[in-house]
Formats: sequence, C-alpha cells, structure tokens
Amino acid sequence: MSLQFMITVTLNGLTLAALYFIVASGFSLIFGLMRTVNMAHGSLYMIGAYVGFSVFDSLYASNATAGYAWYVGLLAGVVAAAVAGVVIQVVFLGWMQGQELRQALVTIGLSIIIADQLLAHFGGNPFQFFAPDALFGPTPVPVIGRYSTFRLFQIGLALAVGVGLWLLLNKTRLGIMVRAGVDDRQMLAACGVNVPLISVATFALGAGLAGLGGVIGATAQPVALGVDVKFLLTSLVVVIVGGMGSIGGTAIGAILIGVAEQWGQALFPTYSVILTFAIMVAVLAVRPQGLLGRTGR
Amino acid sequence: MGGRLEIDDLHVTFGQAVILQGVTLSLDRAPLSLVGRNGMGKSTLCHAIMGMVAARQGSVTLDGRPLLGLGPSRVARGGIALVPQGRRMFPSLSVHEHLLLVAGRSKGAWTVERVYETFPRLAERRRNGGHQLSGGEQQMLAISRALLMNPRIVIMDEPSEGLAPVIVDHLIETLRAIAAEGMGVLLVEQNMRVATSVSDQVAIMVTGRIATTMPARELEADRDAQRRYLGVSHGH
Repeated sequence: MSLQFMITVTLNGLTLAALYFIVASGFSLIFGLMRTVNMAHGSLYMIGAYVGFSVFDSLYASNATAGYAWYVGLLAGVVAAAVAGVVIQVVFLGWMQGQELRQALVTIGLSIIIADQLLAHFGGNPFQFFAPDALFGPTPVPVIGRYSTFRLFQIGLALAVGVGLWLLLNKTRLGIMVRAGVDDRQMLAACGVNVPLISVATFALGAGLAGLGGVIGATAQPVALGVDVKFLLTSLVVVIVGGMGSIGGTAIGAILIGVAEQWGQALFPTYSVILTFAIMVAVLAVRPQGLLGRTGR
Repeated sequence: MGGRLEIDDLHVTFGQAVILQGVTLSLDRAPLSLVGRNGMGKSTLCHAIMGMVAARQGSVTLDGRPLLGLGPSRVARGGIALVPQGRRMFPSLSVHEHLLLVAGRSKGAWTVERVYETFPRLAERRRNGGHQLSGGEQQMLAISRALLMNPRIVIMDEPSEGLAPVIVDHLIETLRAIAAEGMGVLLVEQNMRVATSVSDQVAIMVTGRIATTMPARELEADRDAQRRYLGVSHGH
C-alpha cells in the first residue's frame, strides 16, 4: 500500500466526513438540543438538493447568469430546506413537544410524502451541480500531486459551519436561550422568552444545514432519490456515536464514520457497510451517551 | 414600578385533585407574605399566576389587565417575575449568562452592573456554572434573574428554603430593600421569621384557600394560630 494511496483514501474520508458533519450538525441541533425527533431530516437534505438544482439549472442555461448559478442555487437550497423545516415545526411538531414517538412517526410519514412529491415534480433522473469556476478542477497537494478543489472546499466549509455553530451557541443570546431551553423550557418561558419562537429558529437553522448539505453533496456526487434515507441514517449514526447535542461530538462522529467508510470501501468493499454499524455498536457498548455526550438527565 | 395584582376566586385542579379552591388575594404597594403548611397550594398559586399551570376558574389581573391564559412568557413580559421554589437554575449556563438571558429587554432600575454591585459574590463567580454555586449564591442568582426583568411584581416561592441562618438574614435584608424601592413583593414562605420580617401583613393558606390575613405582629404573638395554621412549634 503506497503512501499516496493512504493519503488519498484518508482525504476522501475527511471530505465525506465534512459533508456528514454539515448535515448531522443540523440533525444534532434539532434532535439533541430540542429533543425533537425529526426523521424527515434526510428529506430536508433532498429538498435542498432538488430546489437548489432547479434554480441552478435555469440560471446555468444562460451564459449571462451561469457564473453565479451555483451560488444562487446554494442559497435557494438552504432557504427552501429552512422554510420546509419551519413548516414542519409549526404545523406538525410544535404541539407534540416531548412526545417523541408521535414526532418520529409523523416525520417518517412526512418523509415518504416528500420523497413522492419530489419524484412527481422533478422526476427520477440523477443530477449533479457543476461547481463554480473558483472551486472547479484540481488543486496541487504534496505527495499525491493534486486533489479536487471542491472537495477541499468542503472541508473548509464544514470547519466554518462548526466554528459558526459553536460561536452561535456559546457567544450569542440566541445560543444562551437555546441552551437554557434544553435545561428547563418552562423556566425559560417564565423569564419572558418566547420559547416556541426559539424552537422555530433552531429548527430553521438545523433544516437549513440539511439543505446546505444537499447542495454540497449534489455538487460532489450525482444525487438521485433515496439519498434521504442514506443521510438520515448517517446523521443518526454520527450523532449517536458523537453524542447528542454536542457540536464537537458531531464532528468526531462524522470524522470516524466518514474515514471508516472510505477505508472500508478501499480495503474490503463488500463488507464496508458493516464497519459503520460496528463502530456504532462498539461506542454504544462502551459509552451509551456517545463519545462526547453528557449522560441523560 | 409596583402594580396592583388582584387574584379573584382562582380554582386550579390537577385531574381529580382540587389544589386551589377559590383563592382571593390582592397585592398593592406593601409586600405581602403568604404562609401555610406543605401541600396547601402555595406553589400552585405562584405557578397559576405565572401561567405555568392552567386555572379552571377565576381571574388574575395586574393593574386591571387579565393575565390568565397568556402563558408564562407573556405574563413575565407583562411585569411579573418568579423566583421559583428550588431556584431552578439552568445547569448549562454560567452565572453571567443567566443574567444576560434576561438583561436589557426591559427598562428599569436593574442592570447587570447593579446586580454585580449588589451581590459582589456573583461577580466573583460570574464564569461558574449555575449549579456550581452554594445554595445562598444560587438564591442570589435566582433573585437577580427576576430583578433584571424589572418586574412590577416579584413572586418569591420559599427563597429561604435550605439556607443557613446567616444567609437567611442577608436574604431578609435583600427582600426588604427590594420592597422599599417600590417593587411589589409576594413572598411565599414556610419560615415564619422571614415572612414576618419582610411584610406587615401575612396571608395564611389552608387547603387551597386563604384562611385569613392578619398583621405579622399579631401572628408572631399568637402561638395558637401558628400551631393551628402552620404546625410550627415555638422557636421559629
């Protein structure tokens, strides 16, 4: 096994981890901090990818607008997913606060409906964004020669998302409110805070991150129906491994799962799927609350 | 500052259990203490005023504005703050974050700086987590959290619970100072000494009703009433 091979596989793992982190951090925000079980998180990813692509596609067709088509598509994907998330929270989940089984069942139902609606409106063909010129093509990298610029950008974006979320939760008033709401929602309300509004804002942010992941994922690789289940499962595994509601834990979980998946595919492609779940089982056996999770109250 | 809180014929039930059966009480400029044994409905009354539990019947008004049915966040913004029983700190927040959470959203005399001046101990521990504080420090923080909302009425639910006697003395001074500034104080207490030191009038709650309201001095002298209503023996 050459060094070049090892670095390439590890880089592939890290770039995949970056995508997993972006999507799973949104899931962690909603699931871990708000205790809302959103099984439609993968559907929000797909909404981001599909809506983003349809905007991208119409702009890319014309030479005048092709230059910024990707950026507008990205924005559209994020906004569409955030809006869909707000609708889900306000219409369905807000008045089932604390009823986790009901929330899980309702969101599973929604994810089936959303998948069928996307199929009906956008068709079943795979599609892929073209990365904008600035991010297109290879970048020189020591030892392995060159590596996809967009995939390196993915890592940078994930870092930015992680730092941004940390700052938001730890350095802003909204973050203080979100954390206080995890501790004691009723007391937070008695402090004059509009708790349902905080929930909607958190949900919009988490859903927007799913949409961001959708556009990024659909730029890195072609996307077709079915990715909703894949990304929901991956987000669940990442959050369970890393620990609920912990940004750092989500990052570690994403890196573990992403790198393990790529190494598994390189070394034993047939059984690589098992590796992800083996990690989850091992972590659950040793630390049921996840690597960086706090023990439940 | 200050406001008129009127509670009229308030009923609260939990399932089959009747907790409050027609509480009528009013609070104006002067602080009022509410005493009674465990399980008489004192905390439920606090929660019902705040909108944290639903009332079945009756009314609660602040300066004539009805509060029932608004929910806790709008009651809080309407000018009533609660220092809850057990203090209910947010374990995820530092001392300073507890204050930032409520600071600056209302105009009034209380600011974060003033809290730190009044309670220097909190300033020393501003980076500590709320749950790392001693009982007395937690109580100072819970009171500060309420004061920073610059409410017209502050409801305190058993603030002296679990505090050492010397800390209780400090608490009494603090509550007197708050009341002297003109903020309405409804003090729910089991500790007779605190209740009678802070207010001139004491309301006594028995099985979900206000049994009687009497001057604090009279209750202090009347051991028979103390035993009957509060089950306290001499010495408190």
